[in-house]
Amino acid sequence: MNLKISALEFIEEVKTGNISVEDFISATIDQIKNIDEKLHAFLHVNPESVEQAKKIDKKIKLGEKVGSCFGMPISIKDNICIKNSKTTCASKMLENFTAPYDATVISKLKEQDAIFVGKVNLDEFAMGLTTEFSAFGPSRNPWNTDYVPGGSSGGSAVSVSAFECVASLGSDTGGSVRNPASFCSTVGYKPTYGLISRYGLISYANSIEQIGPITRTVKDTAFLLNIISGLDPNDNTTIDSGNADFLTDIDSGIEGKKIGVIQEMIGDGIDPAVLSATNDAVSKLEGLGAICEPVSIDMVKYSVASYYTITATEAGSNLARFDNLRYGYDLPLEGYEFNSYISKARTKFGPEVIRRMILGGFVPSAGHAGKYFLKSLKVKSKLTKEVNDAFTKFDYLVAPTVPVLPFKIGEKIDDPIALFLVDINTVIANLTGIPSISVPFSISNGLPIGIQLLAKQNDDKKLLQAARALETTVQLPEVPI
Amino acid sequence: MTKIGLEIHCQLTKLESKLFCPCKANYRDNEPNSNICPICMGLPGTLPRLNQKAIEKATLIAMALNCSTPEKIAFFRKNYFYPDLPKNFQITQLNIYGDTSIGGIGEITIGEKKIRITRIQLEEDPGRLIYEGSSSKNQITLVDYNRAGTPLVEIVTEPDFENPKQVRDFLKVLSDLLENLDVSDPSLEGAMRADANVSILGGNKVEIKNINSFHDLEKAVHFEITRQESLHSRNIPIVQETRHWDDQRKITISSRSKEGDLDYRYFLEGDIPWIKIGIDVQEKLKSTMPESIVSKKERYVKNYGIPEQVAEVLSSDKYYSDLFDESHNQTNAKEISNIITTDLMGLADTREKREQSKLNSSHLSDLADAILSGKLTRNSAKNALYEIIKSGKELSTIISELDLGNVSDKNKLEEIIKQVMLEEPQAVEESKSNPQTINFLVGKVMQKTRGKADPQLTLELLKKNLD
Repeated sequence: MNLKISALEFIEEVKTGNISVEDFISATIDQIKNIDEKLHAFLHVNPESVEQAKKIDKKIKLGEKVGSCFGMPISIKDNICIKNSKTTCASKMLENFTAPYDATVISKLKEQDAIFVGKVNLDEFAMGLTTEFSAFGPSRNPWNTDYVPGGSSGGSAVSVSAFECVASLGSDTGGSVRNPASFCSTVGYKPTYGLISRYGLISYANSIEQIGPITRTVKDTAFLLNIISGLDPNDNTTIDSGNADFLTDIDSGIEGKKIGVIQEMIGDGIDPAVLSATNDAVSKLEGLGAICEPVSIDMVKYSVASYYTITATEAGSNLARFDNLRYGYDLPLEGYEFNSYISKARTKFGPEVIRRMILGGFVPSAGHAGKYFLKSLKVKSKLTKEVNDAFTKFDYLVAPTVPVLPFKIGEKIDDPIALFLVDINTVIANLTGIPSISVPFSISNGLPIGIQLLAKQNDDKKLLQAARALETTVQLPEVPI
Repeated sequence: MTKIGLEIHCQLTKLESKLFCPCKANYRDNEPNSNICPICMGLPGTLPRLNQKAIEKATLIAMALNCSTPEKIAFFRKNYFYPDLPKNFQITQLNIYGDTSIGGIGEITIGEKKIRITRIQLEEDPGRLIYEGSSSKNQITLVDYNRAGTPLVEIVTEPDFENPKQVRDFLKVLSDLLENLDVSDPSLEGAMRADANVSILGGNKVEIKNINSFHDLEKAVHFEITRQESLHSRNIPIVQETRHWDDQRKITISSRSKEGDLDYRYFLEGDIPWIKIGIDVQEKLKSTMPESIVSKKERYVKNYGIPEQVAEVLSSDKYYSDLFDESHNQTNAKEISNIITTDLMGLADTREKREQSKLNSSHLSDLADAILSGKLTRNSAKNALYEIIKSGKELSTIISELDLGNVSDKNKLEEIIKQVMLEEPQAVEESKSNPQTINFLVGKVMQKTRGKADPQLTLELLKKNLD
């Protein structure tokens, strides 16, 4: 069984009867069994996958209506709720939490007969960009298992890259989909804020994060967006995309389009290999008929500081509900009043979560808010203005997804500032709400490099066209697993 | 000079669902923790789902209190840990980053007194804590989340009250107003709660929390003023502090909690986008606003010649004024107002009685018409009203079932009068010298007819027979 096919190819194969869903799912489960001990993408494998596959095969055989996913195996980041299945956020705090409801994206995929083969690893509560902060151990990069796969949706990117599923859903708060996509050589998409319902995504920094697909091809991302996007009464921040079909016209190309190359993202601190890949990407975009010009976005230099201040503030509030009173783990009440009990219960959080909670308690506090939190909001709105101004001149912006190559597990874990700076190119899309995609572009010394394209708010369809155009120029080696 | 300011919490009990989820706004009479869902329990991954109706009702309150109503409003998070708060933050509103609360500055005049409103905000009610156990050692705290997420409007006043009476008058007007707007039923337990701040002689401000009814609010304020005055007279300084109202002992107690020191780290609730309430929407809302109590009162006096005091009582109670407005016409209006304010008020003075009452507006107009046409005496009408409330039967049925119809048959009445004169020879004799005695004889006739005799006719016939 060839597992190395895209989502759209999988659908074709099933539709034409070349493969059965059961065979494909069984082979996928075998692949997970064989390889995941090494990679640790999965926290939980769905034991009913094969049974579900059989049911879909039966429906196909009987000529009954089958959803557009045709039993496609999808992995789900473990901060998205699937009814009656454990949703841990890779935290000891939620080790035993079973979600009593489906996230909106899950309901939509279920309706289309997707099969959730399992829940995948992340940095605890999506706080991190290496997956090393998972309370259940790091995931490893399939391109070189000594290296981090990126994060926080590391499990998603690893599972797609290592053929343990056809596609995955991650979440992107500051690059958490695009960063691991770049490190593992997959497509990673952060949509316009509000395009996809967050209902059922366990919040980290709710005002800027989005669920996003991680796939093998740009078209697969468009296909998934068609299913999971749209207004949701359970998420008041969702926007009406007017039933956009992201797949039609995806091959329109970018001839005559203007693309700004963000200068602040190809300067100091960039790895030479990444710089050279970016220059190469710009040439290729020009080769496709686009007009590329440098553009400066001054606020980029403050964006990481602003990002961490805002996310810490929101995280401090969003994670406050984990007090172990209504759900959680066994911790007897005797000998505590509620304040001491809550404090005790919350010691189950891991070090990175605690670091950000402390920060989140401080930066918006009385006497400090003006210096930190409110100032960060100012940066956010100035940045948004600068970015919007840039889009009056350009159709797209381009930059490397991550300024550095994947690094070794353990290399940066003790240096939070160095880690934070890895986010510098991705956070602007979150702070400004614009869509952004990472496209696999090249391999340097056996390690992947992704190129990031950005478009203005609600230009998701147009962004996918550019990403598709860039993708056609790329030929990459196969992942060495 | 005594200064009193209020923070009044009013549940929007007339809404179907909670502020951010489809659970019932009426959490009462439910098993503990049965009126809950993933959203109001703050389960991981859930998001608030704003109840638009709550925005409308709260805006009506702001308009009725003459508050400014901004065109765009926002929600904020108030962050603190407490077991009754499922998310450990409360979604509320505030005005420190611009006027984003549902109601801004306003004022209301009670009699001669102007009370300024600081702001009105819409927020979610927390759950309820229930303490069990006899001593602090074995005390346990139970949490019931049925109430969590109930829509709550907070009305904050300036410290404009000077004495408990002004507070009471304001509360009366406010609860009538809320009821008249059809946003809340103030008689429901826990529907109206308040905090008060009290200072005397320009001294330190003391905040009193935990006052769970309007009734106790006046008492609490009164207690606190007396306490502060007594301290002052003995030259003991009044400390700025938060005190709790003990509704068992009816006193305020210093609370050792450091609520004043809490930093709530307010910030914008990103899960609820800014809500536009444009001028057009506001105008539309205004047009749906029920007639105000003041306007009702004026109408009753002007159109029907109902006395001021009666009109006041009638208009300030929504139950009565609704009944009146549905039942009256130009001719029977005054009579209906009489029935309501003299008879019905005693029979339907509590919430339970009103709920059980089977009386409807056509009963009332039938009653008034029967009195006006002389079919029923006022006295019999009262008996009939009692029966109607109990059974809901038609007036005509009740009249025949209870034989309440007026005895206005001349012959029959004359027969009864003759009998009374035979039985009361002394009174008959006395009436010749003392005309007042005739009233005694009328009374005797009424007794015999169980109040059904037409009083005018009885008097006429008696006079004739005595001559």
